[in-house]
Amino acid sequence: MEMEIRSTDREALAKLFAQWRAEGKRILAPKKSGDKIDFAPVTSLDEVSLDQVQTVQSPKTAVFPRVEELFSFSSMDGRVEIRERDPAAVPRTVIFGLRPCDAAAFSSLAAIFTWDYPDSLFSARLAATAVVGVSCSRADEFCFCTSLGGGPGATTGSDILLTAAGGGAYLAEIVSEKGRQLVAGAGGLFQPAMAKNKESFLAKVDVAFDRDKIGPALAALFEDTAFWAEQSLRCLGCGACAYVCPTCACFDIQDEGGVSGKRLRCWDSCGFGLFTLHTSGHNPRPLQSQRWRQRLMHKFAYMPERQQVLGCVGCGRCSRACPVDMNILEHLRAVAEAKP
Amino acid sequence: MSAADVFKPFLLKVDQVTDEAPDVKTLRLVFADEREGEDFTFRTGQFGEYSVFGEGECTFCIASPPTRRGYIECTFRKAGRVTSALAGLEPGETIGFRGPYGNVFPIQEWEKKNLLFIAGGIALPPMRSVIWNVLDLRDRYRDITIIYGARTVADLVYKRELAEWAGRPDVKVITTVDPGGETADWQGKIGFVPTVLDKAAPASRDTVAVVCGPPIMIKFTFPVLARLGFAPENVFTTLENRMKCGVGKCGRCNVGKYFVCKDGPVFTFAQLKGMPQEY
Repeated sequence: MEMEIRSTDREALAKLFAQWRAEGKRILAPKKSGDKIDFAPVTSLDEVSLDQVQTVQSPKTAVFPRVEELFSFSSMDGRVEIRERDPAAVPRTVIFGLRPCDAAAFSSLAAIFTWDYPDSLFSARLAATAVVGVSCSRADEFCFCTSLGGGPGATTGSDILLTAAGGGAYLAEIVSEKGRQLVAGAGGLFQPAMAKNKESFLAKVDVAFDRDKIGPALAALFEDTAFWAEQSLRCLGCGACAYVCPTCACFDIQDEGGVSGKRLRCWDSCGFGLFTLHTSGHNPRPLQSQRWRQRLMHKFAYMPERQQVLGCVGCGRCSRACPVDMNILEHLRAVAEAKP
Repeated sequence: MSAADVFKPFLLKVDQVTDEAPDVKTLRLVFADEREGEDFTFRTGQFGEYSVFGEGECTFCIASPPTRRGYIECTFRKAGRVTSALAGLEPGETIGFRGPYGNVFPIQEWEKKNLLFIAGGIALPPMRSVIWNVLDLRDRYRDITIIYGARTVADLVYKRELAEWAGRPDVKVITTVDPGGETADWQGKIGFVPTVLDKAAPASRDTVAVVCGPPIMIKFTFPVLARLGFAPENVFTTLENRMKCGVGKCGRCNVGKYFVCKDGPVFTFAQLKGMPQEY
């Protein structure tokens, strides 16, 4: 569909929140709790925090919960009964106030969960989720969306993208049919746009490296063990980067609750030594340097080749969360500039 | 299986439990739902996720051939949480099974050729599916040779079947145990599989080799095969990286850009030469 550009304001958005709630939708938005701002269920616009550069956690939990029950089972006298989840019962959700990088991340997740065998719970959650992004008026030294084809005002992945235009006014880009349905019945809340150029309201994020060079550079560096050892010297293998990442999709499957229990899918990380450990004790990636290499290769070489999408959107969360200050931007620059 | 949920397992009943070697068992499994069993098909080389409810899932190749309908078999060594639970099952108990997953041994392309099977230890089970598959279609293949070794005589799996194969006029079987692993009445060879292969020196002309074993055995077997004249594209193996989902999503079984669960588990040595050592 052709993109519509409208203008709106806080008052109108507050009414829209009330409308979504009346329609039975769950609204997830950045919310301050203690000294952290993270996505949480909200009921009104007043609870929403939009001043931060980024939340600590990504909004991927809306479509890929940290722990998800795949099904439950009960066993009695050698017989087992499986109770499936109902994909139709996933909550209808509006994610409000996420950044354009986070909105773009959903297509990376979808590339993993829907290729070949579709994942019914993920697909149902994604279909039931509408995305109202808010452009970035500020960025920090960890942001590098523009290096990966995104931008502080990029519409990709948003159903509606809002850009704060000063004085409580917002420019509203209705990006998709889902976005149009979100504001259906709220016609009076959206006025014809006065200014159509949002550039002046956006943060500046410089391009830090040539992304077309990263894939080939990584392939050429694969066997350069000295390079990977140096790059990963500090890495603790804590997995924090994966847990805050909006595109990391690796998971574990575990049973809980005994013979009448649940089969759970839980977030996991390629940074953990146990991730690939065989029962025999053999480990195909026994070194942290190999695991760090896997993290970069998967996101910047394997996914672009196999799924035609990058596994990174440049949100910078992994760099902000890393307890030993590994900055992925610096590591990608090192890859781009390496002379193998 | 409903197309809706890839993680929902079939329910299978344990029909028969066979002790193969210390801590190694074979389970014969039949579908709890007869119609699911009738609809179920697989091809040799494919694997599945077997689960004991409450303990979790683990991954093995289907050890029985697709030519034997009505059941599937898995052979495993009791080692971790799930295999310990599997080892404790009695006939009549129920387990979960997801599959079949992965690619296959291209046995149709091998017709009219000689087949050389080389296996070590607990790696005979994935090969057993292929062996029975081609023996059930015996007239399509020429000479069939099986070289199988284990650490000790006790560790040889499928002892009854090894004897059955050795007794057939149309199969050549060479069994071996590592030095020190022999018993007083051991009739087979003594030595490591690559050495025994070297001495047996099977002809490579019009021959496909299938090699399954621990990484160390594979490493030393490939050079011997190369010396015997086997082209890397005529040498097949099956990789066994750790898996959770089996369907290319959970992210841990990859060897470089290849998923063992999707692009494998069957690979030729020619393919492995172009892949990093992540297996």
